[in-house]
Amino acid sequence: MERRLFFASAAAVAASGLSSVAAPAAAAAVGLIDTNVTLNQWPIRQSWAPTPAALVQRLKRHGVTRAWTGTFEGVLHTDMAGANTRLAETCQREGGGILEPIGSVNPTFPDWEDDIRRCQEVHRMRGLRLYPNYQGYALDDERFVRLLKIATDRRLFIQIALSIEDDRSQNPALTALPVQAGPLVEVLPKVPGARLLLLNGGSRVLGGNIDLLQRLSAAGVMFDLATLEGVAGIENLLRRVPGIRVTFGSHSPYFYFESALLKLQESVLSPTELEAVRSGNAQALLSA
Amino acid sequence: MNRRAFLHTSVLAAATLPTAAQAATSGSNLNPANDPAASVWGSGDLRKLGAWDIHSHVGTPGPTPAKRMEVLIKIADRVGVERLCICMSPPWQYEPTPEQFRRSNDDVLAILKEWSSRAFGLVYLNATHLQASLDELERCVNDGPMIGIKLWVGTRANAASLDPIVRRASELKALILQHTWIKQRGKGNLPHESTPMELAELSGRHPGVPIVCGHTGGGDWALGIRAIRARPDLYADLGGGDPVSGEVEMAVRELGANRVLYGSDVHGRSFGSQLGRVLGADISDADKRLILRENLRGLLLPALRRKGLTG
Repeated sequence: MERRLFFASAAAVAASGLSSVAAPAAAAAVGLIDTNVTLNQWPIRQSWAPTPAALVQRLKRHGVTRAWTGTFEGVLHTDMAGANTRLAETCQREGGGILEPIGSVNPTFPDWEDDIRRCQEVHRMRGLRLYPNYQGYALDDERFVRLLKIATDRRLFIQIALSIEDDRSQNPALTALPVQAGPLVEVLPKVPGARLLLLNGGSRVLGGNIDLLQRLSAAGVMFDLATLEGVAGIENLLRRVPGIRVTFGSHSPYFYFESALLKLQESVLSPTELEAVRSGNAQALLSA
Repeated sequence: MNRRAFLHTSVLAAATLPTAAQAATSGSNLNPANDPAASVWGSGDLRKLGAWDIHSHVGTPGPTPAKRMEVLIKIADRVGVERLCICMSPPWQYEPTPEQFRRSNDDVLAILKEWSSRAFGLVYLNATHLQASLDELERCVNDGPMIGIKLWVGTRANAASLDPIVRRASELKALILQHTWIKQRGKGNLPHESTPMELAELSGRHPGVPIVCGHTGGGDWALGIRAIRARPDLYADLGGGDPVSGEVEMAVRELGANRVLYGSDVHGRSFGSQLGRVLGADISDADKRLILRENLRGLLLPALRRKGLTG
């Protein structure tokens, strides 16, 4: 096992109060953290979860113990504070004890800093989710860098959705090219302590330029597996980029949840690797 | 390989190799520590089914085609995929010359020599080279062990040059898998990349000939399903796109479950992500059985019987 993965796993195991020897059991005990769940319908699709209750029911059926949950309202709405309030209230009221709200911030809006404040101080959120490609900024934008600094000072983690849907098949009225992750290599050294999880990296990042992937991984960036493809994809990624930290993410309910879970079955992972993907890396992101 | 040798190999292989269904229900896989997706399979009956995959490519590493297939089979066994329709050995060429598609097919033939109990071969053709394609169809299907045809992006599916291939395929009972995609509403397609709408035109000229609509338009599957809805001989291959919620339900609703097929498009895609869309769909287990196995088995039976096999 690579040093970085070992430390991530060790930290998670330590946080859970379990010894590393008990890793297989730990996977069941710590549970499954889905780091990529979103409330509400994407405008052009009818998802499998018409209500939060349906979402919670299925996630629980598959053993999800925590779901980091954003809102599709955070992509296109202008009243971000309203969207975040509804998200927090829904998670509190209908989240079944597993939906954890992850607020949205659009740094091109006036007074976006107050949205961060409210997410943390009012809604007690631990992380934020960004949609740069739908909101018109790149990751070398000074507003993004400032957002990252503010979030880091507040000890909030950041999720960046690099895409939501396949850009080859978007509705012509709702197009957005995937976010380019490359600028993060230059940005992250400017923000020590930043905690970053890239969602929906897909073939362009997770299956693409290995040099970029290695540099992002070395900078501490984590990746979710929702759009990780290829046979035995997780196993191959861990071998191809030693030390990379991957979290379980289903992109539910836009994607079928079962697709993500079967990826765990398709790859042969050591008990420690499996635990890290299921929950350990997500726990490490929280505790870093 | 001649027909007698092919049959002999098949029988031997079938007698000695475990099926994916057996592997998927073996003791090691039922150990909870090694079975992180147990809940996906529901009652377990579907897990024992052994899925048949209409769309796969052997891109796994290995020194020989057969060794590459061995790697792929081991991974297929983890998720209960029993049989794979394989085609287009790498390197992949958009518009292959006859020499190139023959070489690609040679690799598939080499795989079938050792893996005919787990794989069905689809001969890769490019109708731009019509006579060479017809000759290759004879070599690989009529005289060889393959049971179907793969058409990719060398010729638009509505081209007249495909008609002789479809007619001969019908005579040979060979199943046709035609790639389709709709990129940026068709504006982003490769120069000769087909859409489901074009495939519907071809089907209209060949009533009674079953053809599989590869990817069913890809990410724009909702358009693809609409495009093939009125053509009863067209079957929807679910594989190759993101596992977006709603595709399977729409396909079953609009086409009927008996016209929907599980496909993965491995190596580029994951078995798991593509199986997940079927297993996670809000449809009956009976429909899932059709999609995961029985529909494809039924489509391949004429070709298999022609070769003296039952599937």
